[in-house]
Amino acid sequence: MNAETSRPLLDVRDLRVTTSNGHPILHDVSFDVEAGSIVALVGESGSGKTVAARAAMRLLPKAITPVSGKILFEGNDVLKMTGSEIRKVRGAEIGMVFQEPMVSLNPAMTIGAQLVEGLRLHEKLSVEAARARASEMLERVKIPNPEACLAAFPHQFSGGMRQRIMLASVMLLRPKLLIADEPTTALDTLTQREVMEVMVDLTRTFGTSVLLITHNLGLVAQYAKKVFVLERGRLIESGPVEEVLHRPKEQYTRTLIDALPKRDHGRVPPAEAAPLIEARGVEVTFSGAGNMFSTAEKKLAVRGVSLGVRPGEVVAVVGGSGSGKTTLGRAMLGLLPLSGGDILFRGRPMASADRAAARDYRLQCQLVFQDPYSSLDPRQKIAEIVGEPLIHGPKLSGREKAERVSDILGEVGLAGLGDRYPHALSGGQRQRVAIARAVIRNPAFVVADEPVSALDMTIQKQVLDLFRKLQENHGFACLFISHDLGAVSRVADRIVVMQQGLIVEEGSVGQILDHPQHPYTQALLEATPTLGLAA
Amino acid sequence: MIRQPANLLIGSALLIFIGGMALLALFWTPYEPAAIKLVAKLKPPSAQFWLGTDEFGRDVVSRLMTGAVQSMTVAILTVAFAITVGTITGLIAGYTRGLVDRILMVFSDALLAFPGTLLALGLMVISGPNKYGIILALGIAYSPSVLRVVRASVLSAREREYVEASRVIGNSEFATMFRHVLPNCTAPIVVLATSMFGWVVLAESGLSFLGLGVPPPAPTWGNMLSAARTYIEKAPWLGLAPGICISMTLLGINLLGDALRDRFDPRMEQR
Amino acid sequence: MHALSKYVAKRLLWTLPTLLIVAVMVFFLVRMIPGDPAQLILGDSASPDELASLRANLGLDQPVAMQFLYWLGNVLRGDLGLSISNGAPVLPLMLDRFQVSATIVLIAVALATLIAVPAGLVAAWRQNEHVDVAIVAASTLLMSVPSFWLGLVLLLVFGLKLGWLPVVGYVPFTEKPWTAITYVILPVVTLMLIEVGVLTRMMRASAIEILRLEYVMHARAKGLSERKVLLRHVLPNAFAPTWTMIGLVLGGLLGGIAVLETVFTLPGLGRLLVDAIFARDYPVVQGCLLFTALIYVIVNLIVDLCYPLFDPRVTAS
Repeated sequence: MNAETSRPLLDVRDLRVTTSNGHPILHDVSFDVEAGSIVALVGESGSGKTVAARAAMRLLPKAITPVSGKILFEGNDVLKMTGSEIRKVRGAEIGMVFQEPMVSLNPAMTIGAQLVEGLRLHEKLSVEAARARASEMLERVKIPNPEACLAAFPHQFSGGMRQRIMLASVMLLRPKLLIADEPTTALDTLTQREVMEVMVDLTRTFGTSVLLITHNLGLVAQYAKKVFVLERGRLIESGPVEEVLHRPKEQYTRTLIDALPKRDHGRVPPAEAAPLIEARGVEVTFSGAGNMFSTAEKKLAVRGVSLGVRPGEVVAVVGGSGSGKTTLGRAMLGLLPLSGGDILFRGRPMASADRAAARDYRLQCQLVFQDPYSSLDPRQKIAEIVGEPLIHGPKLSGREKAERVSDILGEVGLAGLGDRYPHALSGGQRQRVAIARAVIRNPAFVVADEPVSALDMTIQKQVLDLFRKLQENHGFACLFISHDLGAVSRVADRIVVMQQGLIVEEGSVGQILDHPQHPYTQALLEATPTLGLAA
Repeated sequence: MIRQPANLLIGSALLIFIGGMALLALFWTPYEPAAIKLVAKLKPPSAQFWLGTDEFGRDVVSRLMTGAVQSMTVAILTVAFAITVGTITGLIAGYTRGLVDRILMVFSDALLAFPGTLLALGLMVISGPNKYGIILALGIAYSPSVLRVVRASVLSAREREYVEASRVIGNSEFATMFRHVLPNCTAPIVVLATSMFGWVVLAESGLSFLGLGVPPPAPTWGNMLSAARTYIEKAPWLGLAPGICISMTLLGINLLGDALRDRFDPRMEQR
Repeated sequence: MHALSKYVAKRLLWTLPTLLIVAVMVFFLVRMIPGDPAQLILGDSASPDELASLRANLGLDQPVAMQFLYWLGNVLRGDLGLSISNGAPVLPLMLDRFQVSATIVLIAVALATLIAVPAGLVAAWRQNEHVDVAIVAASTLLMSVPSFWLGLVLLLVFGLKLGWLPVVGYVPFTEKPWTAITYVILPVVTLMLIEVGVLTRMMRASAIEILRLEYVMHARAKGLSERKVLLRHVLPNAFAPTWTMIGLVLGGLLGGIAVLETVFTLPGLGRLLVDAIFARDYPVVQGCLLFTALIYVIVNLIVDLCYPLFDPRVTAS
């Protein structure tokens, strides 16, 4: 396109980074970003991809230092720049978008002040001119009513909007390179797509190159031109996206690719039968933060949902945040008071159930939580956590109990870890503990509330496979809640799509994935990152 | 992080020194702390009287040691009182929420509207100056702080998913509370108890300094300081020694508190 | 803004029950003292006629609830009764003494804040480096010294040994401003040193929290200098919790600094209360307790109402 193309915009060569006590984080990593292209740096948590990106702007914490190698930006070594030189590069030449939209904007400053601040730092502009530019940019990232937005504070916006504001703030300066560090990981599928589209569109317009840092190969396949794969601080594979994704050379890359959502027709749907558990016209209201002096307006989170789950059947409930899917799951377990409708368990309405029936219902239904970090009591050992439900089952001797616990730990692949505390386990291992706890009493019905959305892609796949295996072995019915149609297609027999507290579409996995009827389902499906070739 | 062992080391060394002084005083002091010997009054520090004598010729070292006993007993009993009352009410408030919680909160807010020692001052009007009056007064004054901390940690622990998990397993509310909520509140309670120990030592010596604490002739660091005011120019050692004892205790407590806080920092657990 | 006015209204309403309970407690505190309330209020020298008229006035033959309402009615009209010791009305007496305490406390806390905020910020910025270790050590040490002892030592050194400053007493600012300053220097410095420790540590702790957040990284990624990052992004956010702390400290101290006033023989509110306790001057005791609690509640109310300036999020939930 122009003469500069011969030399990459950003050229990282043999970068070695260690902690202050000499522990290596990056081992001689090299990668480059050509002008006007989107390049992905891929790896899982702990691979060092974030460190590599921050090193490019010299934004590493004090305890982490580059010890050798070069980071050439337009031919100048970033590592050798003086403080004031690097500050001229930051923002103006290289912009950065962060992962957590909730903490990446200053809560005490208006959006306008934060946008104008960066602009006026690098360009001589009057406040009015800067505000006009900021307003125009907010419009470009599709923020409705940009003028009002400038005067507002970050807490008044949703996660997806904040991420777009963040993008506007960075792109205002028209940097030559945008480093996007997991920019959409904290968002749900639909919002993720919105943000990515806006980002790609803006950077294309301004001719900005993008270094996209992600663990999601789906995003890479969709947007990037070139990819670099990092594993534990080492660059293991690189090349054009088509080539790396179609013909991976390394085992690790293959694992990453395998972890992408794939259609699976292996499940035989359970026989027609009366539903084990059934929601009939269920309504749940949330009264907001009420207090002594005011009663907050009531909000319907679930607005009359009817849904049955047959014994042994896995029903997936899919929807974006605020769709009421989590609330529905809790309501079906009897954890939330219903404001309308009823739950029927084994054909008996639970609203009027006697004590014994209610107890049976409570003990037969279990829940797997989303966040494996907060769902395990930090003060209990793994074996205690997993064994605790047995207190309420039939009386068992200490020996029998220990056997049951070690059996189930073996089944979830955690044999021998019973003596550990949760903090000594990885996220995936913790989620296995949570699953073991839910199934140890052989429940009839399990609600799995986004059980894998907090995990890396490869771990997601492992946990999903485990979940599926356990479901087949134990035969429990399951309500599988997720925002990700991809994850669901691996485990479900039937999919229910929810939007704003209502079921908008339901059908078999095949029906929903191949012939979605409702526009919301179609949008969800389109936003789901896949390799395209996998289906 | 770097300082943590130093905090722990210096803090516990100071407290062991003061505590040891108090323990020793239970069995032995160089002189009878209350023995008046007018011929030896206002003697500067010497080999005979290590820290000199006061206006009645009483040995300062012996009186400091006995004073340590007073301070430690008052502090331990007060903290025990405040923690017990505060934890029970805090658990009730955090657990029941609703009306009981609101009533307890209004009361604790009202009690907290008196700056700590001031409420104690007011309560001393009823009890008159004596040791158990102080313990009761300070205990009542400090329990609302415990209530708030316990309530807040109960409320935040209740939000954690493992508490919901306990309910899903089939545990009763009561079992959930004692098996999963309370054990996870101990860290903030321990940290609070530590700093409260310091507040009580300070408040008790302040009250004694004002003449509203443990009445003379029983020696306390506070009333020793108060008496020393009159002789501050003639016999400055009288004023220095008790102040240094109080400062050492508080410094020990503060350092130990920092070490505990670093240790219990929830972020250390997560990452 | 709607959310803001709602926040203000909520916060204002919340103080009412608190103040009511405070009044109840102060009222019953004196009632719980064994003996005839009229005798307690008028003192031992009162004549039987005076006693009888006060009994009628207090409604002692009425139920306790009615007695409380009489008393509360008087309090709301500003009538806190007469001092037993000198027969003066309690309210003007307290206001007079309050001026002395407030002057010292306000100056000391303002100075302490001016020192503590930058010190805490720098310590947090240079966490675990020498500057930080030194600042933390100094503030922990200051926090551990009792005010009355520090006052005594400063008095000994600067008042008695060096003779630079007057040792005891107080001169109102309205009379001889320069002399007045020399009298308040020692108490102000003592109090300031004590509070600097607490506030510095608070500021440091909250600044460390803020420095970890992504928006600070974002500010740096924009190309802002460290100075601007600290001043614009860290300081306002880290100051919010410190601001609450300042409220607590100020509210607590304004009610009187009895021990310091004793050391420096200042005619402040705290000393008034202590003297009244010794003299069994119950109307004054009641008045001081009530007044102090009121000050504390008002100061914290003001602090909370200013809080949205530092953290606009509080008006949301």
